[in-house]
Amino acid sequence: MIPLNHYLILGAILFALSVVGIFLNRKNIVIILMAIELLLLAVNMNFVAFSHYLGDTAGQVFVFFILTVAAAEAAIGLAILIVVFRNRRSINVEDLDTLKG
Amino acid sequence: MTFTQLSFYLFSAVLVFSAAMVITIKNPVKAALFLVLAFVNAAFVWMTLEAEFLAIVLILVYVGAVMVLFLFVVMMLDINLDRMREGFTRYLPIGGVIAVIMLAEMIWVLQKGSFSLANMPRPEPKPDGYSNTKELGQVLYTEYVYPFEIAAIILLVAIIAAIALTLRRRPGVRRQEPSAQVAVQAEDRLRVVSMKSEQPKRGDDK
Repeated sequence: MIPLNHYLILGAILFALSVVGIFLNRKNIVIILMAIELLLLAVNMNFVAFSHYLGDTAGQVFVFFILTVAAAEAAIGLAILIVVFRNRRSINVEDLDTLKG
Repeated sequence: MTFTQLSFYLFSAVLVFSAAMVITIKNPVKAALFLVLAFVNAAFVWMTLEAEFLAIVLILVYVGAVMVLFLFVVMMLDINLDRMREGFTRYLPIGGVIAVIMLAEMIWVLQKGSFSLANMPRPEPKPDGYSNTKELGQVLYTEYVYPFEIAAIILLVAIIAAIALTLRRRPGVRRQEPSAQVAVQAEDRLRVVSMKSEQPKRGDDK
């Protein structure tokens, strides 16, 4: 039998990997977006695991909504990425300094 | 070791490997393909948790739609890979340290025993004929009907926003206008002129 904490540790490993992915690829917006998708997957893993072990479907419903929001986020993020590329001819984060933030 | 255990550890290993490849591989197209592998394996892991509906949705929505969108965008953009990799080794030590600390803390907390099999036993497998989809649908359309409608509106907003952001009118591009082509009348294109017939001049007919 697989204990619950193995699922939670799997989620933790995925979460840590995607956070380090945001650090490493901080020039490349595409990889950053992919790392965010992985991060949401790690969170969903915990939701599904708790939902199964506690016998409550609320966790799975929540995962459903997270998937919806993540799909919307990916669509809008990629649209913004395309507009940025059209205007700047680059998707390097370093080039996006017009606001001087 | 039962089949469920074996499959869980196998799929988790592939999942962690492909997630590591996503963040370290140089080519964004290969990163997107490894992300596809990661999502498929996550769906298999969810199958071991008896969340069949979500596993199918993960494959259909993520692998089928979102990752195809990613691949399209990555292949459309002309990315300078060498400039993108600047700072990769510079941030590797600090990123690695932060990840290891975070992971060690989480594992330390999770191993404490509150989530062990003794405290939270694995529930019995569901009986034959049990439908995860049916159970989710029953709560989704009753208890969570308003959040469900809000989710639909969020998706609608995402569609409109994505189209509105990327739509543009390019100047100097000749477009076909089917409505104008259909609505055209004969007198718009053809002019009938009444004139005397002319004799061809000699040497004119070649």
